[in-house]
Amino acid sequence: MEIYKPQHTINKSESVIIIKDLYKSFGELEVLKGIDLNVFKGENIAILGKSGTGKSVLIKTIIGLLKPDKGTVEVLGKEVETLSGKELDALRLRIGFSFQNSALYDSMNIYQNLAFPLTMNIKNLSKNEVDQAVEEVLESVGLRDKIYQMPSDLSGGQRKRIGIARTLILKPEIMLYDEPTSGLDPITSSEINDLINEVQQQYNTSSVIITHDLTCAKKTGNRVAMLLEGKFLKIGTFENVFESDDDRIKSFFNYNFIQ
Amino acid sequence: MQLSGSPNTSKKYLFSKGVDEFFSDINKAYLFTITFFKQALTRPFHFREIINQSFEVGLKSLSLITLTGFIIGVVFTKQSRPSLESFGATSWLPSLIGIAIVKALGPLVTALICSGKVGSSIGAELGSMKVTEQIDAMEVSAINPFKYLVVTRVWATMIMIPILSLYCSFVGLLGSYVNVHSEEATSFINFYKNAFSTITFTDLFSSVIKSIVFGFTIGIVGCYKGFHATQGTRGVGRAANQAVVLSMFLVFIEEIVIVQIANWFRNY
Repeated sequence: MEIYKPQHTINKSESVIIIKDLYKSFGELEVLKGIDLNVFKGENIAILGKSGTGKSVLIKTIIGLLKPDKGTVEVLGKEVETLSGKELDALRLRIGFSFQNSALYDSMNIYQNLAFPLTMNIKNLSKNEVDQAVEEVLESVGLRDKIYQMPSDLSGGQRKRIGIARTLILKPEIMLYDEPTSGLDPITSSEINDLINEVQQQYNTSSVIITHDLTCAKKTGNRVAMLLEGKFLKIGTFENVFESDDDRIKSFFNYNFIQ
Repeated sequence: MQLSGSPNTSKKYLFSKGVDEFFSDINKAYLFTITFFKQALTRPFHFREIINQSFEVGLKSLSLITLTGFIIGVVFTKQSRPSLESFGATSWLPSLIGIAIVKALGPLVTALICSGKVGSSIGAELGSMKVTEQIDAMEVSAINPFKYLVVTRVWATMIMIPILSLYCSFVGLLGSYVNVHSEEATSFINFYKNAFSTITFTDLFSSVIKSIVFGFTIGIVGCYKGFHATQGTRGVGRAANQAVVLSMFLVFIEEIVIVQIANWFRNY
């Protein structure tokens, strides 16, 4: 079956993320062993790989939650590890991060979850402005009716959507998705994939999508990067990577098809 | 034979690992406390969250403190009466109870109750937020989680525990009055006058300072343990448990030290 992927303008002369020779270890465990990556403006790049290959470590390094041992990460023209606390916060306001388990604040209802990053970062907003922003992002993820529910009352797919909505409220230029479809049924996964593409279209974002789901990578990624044993084995279109002669890539694709 | 990949269980290795973890933990706790002092006095202050947390701390412990304080007042009076009677000194009962409750029992009992109720609750809440990445979610939204979660909670415990401690002393004296009144006709005002006749400003001041220190200890220990929780739900339970045990232990140590310091001041 052919998967529909909407057309989107990608500016290949402008990179929003530039990663050079990135290394990261935890104790004696080497996770990233020399990563190089360019993400262009307006592009969705899906990073495919087995569990434990360092995919999540990579995006946590991009947003400054983890510090690299060696190499540089430049996001929107700023070198992340050299930024002061305030500069890093200013940069983070331009990046949205969707967590694998949504990471919704479970003591707050959906309205409060969405309003929280807005009211904490932008002072002197009126109640009307906050309400309007919350309703707008809820509308864009199709969950307008869940506004006063608690996160524990939502399904896995709805929680993912609200997690994405919470990042969209600050109108980010870059979106980082950590396993957006993991733990979801095929229909909900497909809805999340559509949402990722809609976000790219509607908010004109560039995105890094960490996944081990081939359908997600194919449907959302303008390019796909295959990460294995801490290094990118191949970067290109889904078809380029899929047709690779490398045995390790072949075995990853074969295993996932069998699954 | 050691299985490949299985953890090293030799006594020497475990001992050295334990010592290493102990000192590393002390260093982390020291840095955590220093960060609190750096951030507690700088903007933004999140006053609304401090009020919310103060309300939580107060509400969580109020009923238990009322019950415990009242019972301590009644029981302490009942136990002390026969000894004083044998010296013909029952008129000293209010003063004795006043000194015991205001100077020692009120702050200590309040701190121990709050270690259990508030310390465990802070440890479990922050621990759960840590393992479900809610703290990371705050950080990536450019919100300082230390300031929003830790500083507000520690301020709340530092504000509320002295208030609860004074309340506990008041309820304890009320319990004592009820017991005294059942034996002899004493007016409420007369009882309180007698109870406070031997309590000096230094006593009250040291009692309040002591409660602020207890509040700080309970808040910072609960937050530290929660903030450093690992290994999923098991880690959350451990964080809550360690928050209670460590804060109770520190409260007892601080009680001894502060009483010594107050005595030195009194002698000067």
